[in-house]
Amino acid sequence: MMTNQGNRVTQGQFSFLPDLTDAQITAQIKYALGRGWALSVEYTDDPHPRNTYWEMFGNPMFDLKDPAGILMEVNNCRKTYPNHYIRVIAFSAVRGVESVTMSYIVNRPKKEPGFGLVRQEIGGRMIRYSIHSYATDKPEGERY
Amino acid sequence: MGIAPGLLVGTVRFFQLLEITMASETMKEGKERYKSGVIPYKKMGYWEPDYKIKETDVLAMFRMTPQAGVDPEECAAAVAGESSTATWTVVWTDRLTACEMYRAKAYRVDLVPNTGPGTKTEAQYFAYIAYDIDLFEGNSIANLTASIIGNVFGMKAVKALRLEDMRIPVAYLKTFQGPATGVVVERERMDKFGRPLLGATTKPKLGLSGRNYGRVVYEALKGGLDFMKDDENINSQSFMHWRDRFLYCMDAVNKASAATGEVKGHYMNVTAGTVEEMIERAEFAKSLGSIIIMIDLVIGYSAIQSMAIWARKNDMILHLHRAGNSTYSRQKNHGMSFRVICKWMRMAGVDHIHAGTVVGKLEGDPLMIRGYYDTLLDTHTPVQLEKGIFFEQDWASLNKCMPVASGGIHAGQMHQLLTYLGDDVVLQFGGGTIGHPDGIQAGAIANRTALEVMIMARNEGRDIWNEGPQILADAAKWCGPLKAGLETWKDVSFNYESTDSPDFVPTTTASV
Repeated sequence: MMTNQGNRVTQGQFSFLPDLTDAQITAQIKYALGRGWALSVEYTDDPHPRNTYWEMFGNPMFDLKDPAGILMEVNNCRKTYPNHYIRVIAFSAVRGVESVTMSYIVNRPKKEPGFGLVRQEIGGRMIRYSIHSYATDKPEGERY
Repeated sequence: MGIAPGLLVGTVRFFQLLEITMASETMKEGKERYKSGVIPYKKMGYWEPDYKIKETDVLAMFRMTPQAGVDPEECAAAVAGESSTATWTVVWTDRLTACEMYRAKAYRVDLVPNTGPGTKTEAQYFAYIAYDIDLFEGNSIANLTASIIGNVFGMKAVKALRLEDMRIPVAYLKTFQGPATGVVVERERMDKFGRPLLGATTKPKLGLSGRNYGRVVYEALKGGLDFMKDDENINSQSFMHWRDRFLYCMDAVNKASAATGEVKGHYMNVTAGTVEEMIERAEFAKSLGSIIIMIDLVIGYSAIQSMAIWARKNDMILHLHRAGNSTYSRQKNHGMSFRVICKWMRMAGVDHIHAGTVVGKLEGDPLMIRGYYDTLLDTHTPVQLEKGIFFEQDWASLNKCMPVASGGIHAGQMHQLLTYLGDDVVLQFGGGTIGHPDGIQAGAIANRTALEVMIMARNEGRDIWNEGPQILADAAKWCGPLKAGLETWKDVSFNYESTDSPDFVPTTTASV
């Protein structure tokens, strides 16, 4: 079990807040669309802090401008992967950014086992550190 | 170089005889012009009101307070002369060079609004000067500054002089590396988007042992901050040598990262007496897996450029503390504006720079600070006199530099901070984290919760400027640490008048 605030992975913009309602998710989607950003839904069963590439639940929705339609994709992903981490990502294609502009978690496993810190003592007082996802002790697809 | 003896007297007489004319008074090239002796700078070719600015020129704008009786145009010409080729007397060796090109040209002088006769302030002038790009060595802040802020600031003809703004041409910008990492890549590496980053400086600044110091780092990062930071004067003193600090802090960083599932960092201050020593410390930080190191402005421009090149080569984010800047940037009549430091530091290649908070304990007029932030973050900056920006600046795809807001800020100001400073900023709550009544973790939780709740509200379209206090109070109902933090700091504010504010008349022509 994780021992930090909320006993949860705190990646993303809103992990310190109570889980987002559909209305709250929709409001954030509207904010992104209002800025011309494309939205995308991604999921994973390995929330390691440096696991950049979560699985894409389809390509970014460049041409979908209807918040309700995007929320439907979010909910389809939640139905398909009810026990995975799911995040909504926004992309800006504006020169000078051309990167992610929003990222927030909208679904989590019921139990979040968290991470262990593996210390490898080497020369002198030096230590090499590895962060280990407990979830990855089980094979992919069988983790939660 | 010095000022021509008798120049003041000569100028006074000259001024009495003639009305101010906006025409060039440059003497013709030839024998007369180069006769041994002293002639006014204006006649030597340093005042060219009809000069046509080239796209490749470096432009500088100075605020001058001429000595009593000195004609402002002559004064501007003297500044142009002393910051380029002139010396106090005529030299024939000019004729061996393409001297007209090497002369900087003062091309415009405006009386600063609300100064001069009938006001409380003696007359000040904005002097605009153009420098040919060939006056400067590429990729060298040291060379650029040796001209622009070299001898000229000690010249007797000016009572006071301040460098207000510069336009760096694209051709010259392209010779600089720019920020080693930049805002976009920093966010990608940190996996943090759509909100300001949160940090804190470990306190007390002095006296903690490595073990005690790391405790503060761990608590704050586990609580929810993204970064912790060494202070500017934490280097390698008797109470804590640098290797001890680095070793304990990296244990804290990694442990907090495992506890939260987030990428975290601690700015390891590698400032030392020599560049070689700084590189050694930076290499050690890298070998421990640190993602960020830190230097102080006082190490000097060339050392900063060296560290930026090292940082780019070693996947390291480079934080700059602006230690020392207020000795020359704070007073309005002399020194230089901090926005010029921002410009030079973005060129020099740092990824973070302390640029003011507006609401905290350190100096800062809101619009001036916005001007600093724009200078660090824009891809293209238009003229904005109200922010103190006198030149248009194309940033030529140089990376963006992340501004850092640090000094006397707390969770209760979150709506103000977000409104004034926007998303691309590191908000550093040192005392506002470590001084929390329920402990450091609670302090960090309060800050992170306040930030997230305010971002959510803003994105939902709420008027956070007015509703901010209520939004925080509502969140405090379910977040105990936020409630305790708000109660502790509810009455803390630093409302002093700024010493540095923009001078402009909204109706004057804004663009040149």
